[in-house]
Amino acid sequence: MIREPLFIYSNAYTDYHFNAEHPFNQQRVVMTKELLEAEGRLFDHHIVPPRLATEDELALVHDRQYIEAVKRAGNGQLQQEEAWQFGLGTEDTPMFSGMHEAASLLVGGTLTAIDSVLNNQAPQALNLGGGLHHGFKRKASGFCIYNDAAVAIKYIREHYGLRVLYVDTDAHHGDGVQSFFYHDPDVCTLSIHETGRYLFPGTGSTSERGVKNGYGYTFNLPIDAFTEDESFISIYESAFKEVAEYFQPEIIITQNGADAHCYDPLTHLCSTTKTFEAIPSLAKEVAEQYCNGKWVGLGGGGYDIWRVVPRAWGQLWSVMLTGDTLTGPLPADWKVKWERLSPVSLPDDWQDGKGLYKPIPRKQEITEKNRLTLNQCLQYCRNKRQYNNN
Amino acid sequence: MLVEEIMKTEVVTLTPGATIAEALKILNERPIRHIPIVDLENHVVGIVSDRDVRDASPSIFRKDNISEELNNPIHTIMSSPVMTVHPLDFVEEIAAIFYEQEFACVPVVRESKLVGIVTEKDMLYTLIQLTGTHVQSSQLEVKVPDRAGILPEVANIFGKRKVNITSVLIYPYKNDRQYKILVFRFQTMNPLPIKADLKAAGYQVLGPDAEDPAL
Repeated sequence: MIREPLFIYSNAYTDYHFNAEHPFNQQRVVMTKELLEAEGRLFDHHIVPPRLATEDELALVHDRQYIEAVKRAGNGQLQQEEAWQFGLGTEDTPMFSGMHEAASLLVGGTLTAIDSVLNNQAPQALNLGGGLHHGFKRKASGFCIYNDAAVAIKYIREHYGLRVLYVDTDAHHGDGVQSFFYHDPDVCTLSIHETGRYLFPGTGSTSERGVKNGYGYTFNLPIDAFTEDESFISIYESAFKEVAEYFQPEIIITQNGADAHCYDPLTHLCSTTKTFEAIPSLAKEVAEQYCNGKWVGLGGGGYDIWRVVPRAWGQLWSVMLTGDTLTGPLPADWKVKWERLSPVSLPDDWQDGKGLYKPIPRKQEITEKNRLTLNQCLQYCRNKRQYNNN
Repeated sequence: MLVEEIMKTEVVTLTPGATIAEALKILNERPIRHIPIVDLENHVVGIVSDRDVRDASPSIFRKDNISEELNNPIHTIMSSPVMTVHPLDFVEEIAAIFYEQEFACVPVVRESKLVGIVTEKDMLYTLIQLTGTHVQSSQLEVKVPDRAGILPEVANIFGKRKVNITSVLIYPYKNDRQYKILVFRFQTMNPLPIKADLKAAGYQVLGPDAEDPAL
């Protein structure tokens, strides 16, 4: 029998819902699943429901006091005065009924994905409900409560002992995940994001490289506002290949935030669908080269849930499953169904056309600046390679 | 902000009779560039920098000879008298001293005794804290008329959205005295509602804008 990747999914992912005005909306996972089904790329035998993460699993990275606070917040028993210190009850992470369970399910989904790959049930697995990279040890932030990627990496380290390469292409810096493994030489994190000059969380400069034994195992690539496909893809490919060669990972986890697209309302990058085809293609290639194909993909940010996220994540699954991207028109049934609910008209095709945004006047400068940033970011591992070879 | 909040209290010192060789050894072994010279009552009587010590050291081309001059007492090369500050002085006063006097370090003295030291690096660290870039935040700049009461009006828009402001800077708008720029760093990943509120209230928000990618 051909081993195929698994798609971790439950309708209950939409229970992770702050309020009607909040930009983080898990309906995008439902839309992606239905798009892939309509396209004939996703079938029932691919789909596995997520399990709930246990409290002990959450406590691999989170403080028990924080977990208690989230539970109480979900039961309406946490007072705002106490909630501030845990980042709860803010505009970004408001309290909502059942939030502990909803957040635990997203973490459990990522653990289900990890187990299926490391127990050899599947070569790869995808959990689009996960990728909540801003969760900290005792603080919710940036729409994230529990940090599923960090729990999963600790879980891999404890149960399987593999060297993990985490690659984060969300437009925001993967600060939470970085913070948990800043001192750990067996976990390498690479985050490509819009510079923190304007954008949350403001961190993620090239000089953040890890501490103590973990020095040289944290890589950050802050790229300029208005970066376009060409520069994004070239930077991403160079960095990912060099870091993989340097680190020699045994499993790859990617966080696939889809908010670098020019339509995304929260960020200032100018990618199109091209970037979201290139991202999974290389991840698959690198996983095959170094990790026997072992790759777990996660979701992440993505705030144009109508025009961007379903297509970007659809391609992610398509590449994971077949190695190829989808082309041509989007399935008509799917479009009709979601167009009724959408405030904007949906795209016709899998690929964006030209002229989505005004030409960027500083394109050349931006490309050059990003290239310099790439060199700064990789200088350490280039030096090390040269030194070790001599 | 007071000097005592940013000063280092563990200070490496020497007495005037110590040799230049001792100073050289300290400067080579530790990540410091200045050594206050104190008497037995801990009064600051001088200061030496790494440059003073290197000037007094033999050239690296003459390393074969163990040099006599390194045995000279440190008081022969120290700078004196020394500009010092008090723990209750303001941090910005030290910045002015560094800028005007072109020092990179001042000892902190209370009741004539050495209690701490502040260097340019401590100063820059404080500046980073003031800009708020060390904690999770988004940034935006608002161009406002230069008049009384404008800051609370603008800040109130953040407060109404329950968004915590981590830092505020104010500076003049280019050469136009009628306006100033308020720079906010604030703790949310979604600045859109605040941007919309600011625009609705008639303020001009600066920063990257998809409508105007020229920035």
